[in-house]
Amino acid sequence: MTTTRRSRRIAAAAAAVCALALTATACGSSDTSTGASPGDVKSALEKGGTVKVWAWEPTLKKAAADFRKKYPKVKIELVNAGTGDKQYTALQNAASAGSGGPDVAQIEYYALGQFTIGKTVTDLAPYGASQHDKAFTKGPWTAVAKDKSVFAMPMDSGPMALFYNKRVFDKHKIAIPTTWDEYVEAARTLHKADPKLFITNDTGDAGATTSLIWQAGGRPYKTENTDVKIGFEQDAGTKKYTATWQKLLDEKLVAPITSWSDEWYKGLSDGSIATLAIGAWMPANFTTGAASAAGDWRAAPLPQWTKGSKDSAENGGSSLAVPKDAKNKELAYAFIEYATTGAGASARVAEGAFPATTADLDSAKFQETKFPYFGGQQANKIFAESARNVGTGWSYLPYQAYANSVFNDTVGKAYVTATPLAQGLAAWQQASVKYGNEQGFSVNK
Amino acid sequence: MTLLPTSVRAASPPPAPTPRSRRRLRRQSLAGWGFLGPFVAVFALVFLAPIGYALYLSVFKDKLIGGTSFVGLENYTQALTDPRFWEGVGRVGLFLAVQVPVMLGIALLVALAVDSGRLYGKAFFRISVFLPYAVPAVVASLMWGFIYGTRFGLVGNINDAFGITLPDPLSPSLVLASIGNIVTWEFVGYNMLIFYSALKVVPRSLYEAAALDGAGEWRIVTSVKLPAIRGALVIATIFSIIGSFQLFNEPSILQKLAPNAITTDFVPNLYTYSLSFSGQQHNYAATVAIVMGVITAIVAYTVQLRGMRKG
Repeated sequence: MTTTRRSRRIAAAAAAVCALALTATACGSSDTSTGASPGDVKSALEKGGTVKVWAWEPTLKKAAADFRKKYPKVKIELVNAGTGDKQYTALQNAASAGSGGPDVAQIEYYALGQFTIGKTVTDLAPYGASQHDKAFTKGPWTAVAKDKSVFAMPMDSGPMALFYNKRVFDKHKIAIPTTWDEYVEAARTLHKADPKLFITNDTGDAGATTSLIWQAGGRPYKTENTDVKIGFEQDAGTKKYTATWQKLLDEKLVAPITSWSDEWYKGLSDGSIATLAIGAWMPANFTTGAASAAGDWRAAPLPQWTKGSKDSAENGGSSLAVPKDAKNKELAYAFIEYATTGAGASARVAEGAFPATTADLDSAKFQETKFPYFGGQQANKIFAESARNVGTGWSYLPYQAYANSVFNDTVGKAYVTATPLAQGLAAWQQASVKYGNEQGFSVNK
Repeated sequence: MTLLPTSVRAASPPPAPTPRSRRRLRRQSLAGWGFLGPFVAVFALVFLAPIGYALYLSVFKDKLIGGTSFVGLENYTQALTDPRFWEGVGRVGLFLAVQVPVMLGIALLVALAVDSGRLYGKAFFRISVFLPYAVPAVVASLMWGFIYGTRFGLVGNINDAFGITLPDPLSPSLVLASIGNIVTWEFVGYNMLIFYSALKVVPRSLYEAAALDGAGEWRIVTSVKLPAIRGALVIATIFSIIGSFQLFNEPSILQKLAPNAITTDFVPNLYTYSLSFSGQQHNYAATVAIVMGVITAIVAYTVQLRGMRKG
């Protein structure tokens, strides 16, 4: 019943567009099977309605408020349905039930594959999403667009940088590492000078590991429709990563503290965790989570695997997608487009979001922003440079969310036993291959 | 999985009804169903329906590619040959073999001590042993997690204060024992109360008679008190067995602190949980839950049969 009512409404909207349209082509395109066109979006906006959004990204509040001001007939219902995995489970359940889901959902780049393969998100290209292909930086756009389809709009991005505690580095007269070898050396010096100090924390984090392999040029995952290839053993980037990181683990140079825990914030505040290689969205977390260390920290380019190169990778970042059962797709897209491009995106950047749009990244205002927390450093210049140097051709598994959930079962062994990291990754690969094949993919076949 | 002791006796077949009595019988049986109806409805809804639904789920498979299909017993063969599942079962088995005797032993000792009447401040002692049971398991696990911390926890403080290095309670080799310690702390008081209340109803005259016959305190315990509370001992053992197989809260909370020591398949319940919530494998999760329920029922029933046997 709802379907017929909706299609009738779409038909009515299309008729309205036809009546108003100046060219015949606009009417022609709205008669296609997808039944969507940029024109529909416009009329949906005039008609108004409610858009239910499931997201946890804080600056969306601002975008929702601005959007309502611009289109008073549209009501944005912003709901935090849980962060990360919790939200994906809820989305998946809503998709199998065919109802109960939102009109717009925040999905991290690494998890998007699971939804595009299962066709539980709407292709936004017919609504006009493809016209924005030049507006976004490479990393985020390749994560959401495939062939002629656009499955979500990039909301923010996380080009990696090295955050370091300048006070600790100065005190022990250690130079800022520019390569990962120097990084290991700095870790040794630091820990020797004071056994309470660690270069960083790590208890096994799938996101960080895959990002560093990405930066090292590794491409362990390849997906072609349902054919998936996973290859950590033969991957050159992975080898570079394990060789270096194994040294840090063997010599116990990384603090056994889990990220986002209370201990972690304590370590960031008192300097016992001296660096973080993480996405450029981190500064906001510094100011709220480690406020007492204001002025101690600085940003620097990510250490390199080869001296003199400028390679980078993405770490985290989210997109906004429209689930297949969304009630008002035109309106949903209108909101997404507003929040991720143009003025809406700029307003969110001003609130602290890290942009995925080149216009914002390149803007003088953004680049010259001084971070009081980083002693007035213009850190965005480093982040923007990093965003430009993100390695291309990376892809996650179409079921990365599951793979990440068993990372600590497998690779975690390398952190608490004598199991080598490479062996842990091999076990992770095995678990991912098994799950993929069980789920109907053809993995490593 | 219900574990009600069902002593079904084969009823002798009723005599074949004559045509006249048959009609009366039908009317009677209708009235009987009327009385039974409300119970049967509630029983079916809250006990049978969930189990039925789990059984229904367990014969399907929902794949990311290909959707849902009927697979018969495939999930069961997979579960029975799943090393991750059996490792978890082995872990709760070990837990059961070590933690339950330790916990029940302590509980029994405390109950006997309180019951002996020679304890000063009996009421205070009883309530303080029982108190941990009133602490929610989640809170207890968090609290013990902080105690176990080698960096900012009590273990860390002791290490710093005395310049020693205690073994890390949250390391892979010790974490099961650490969980056992938490569970023991939580449930000693509860079991103590079961034993103590059973001891309270033993007639005092039996003790006097035994004393008159020249039995010492220890002899009274072994020959009078323990046989008298045998039923309570069996019940507490069965509760503990079920509790061990259902181990979930403690490992699930400590997992945040020791993600590499407590894997997502650490115990069967945690495995079921991760299967359905991070792997979308609801059907397989239902299968694992059913298999685990059957195992629990078999073990608990065996213990009950052995424990209740006279002799």
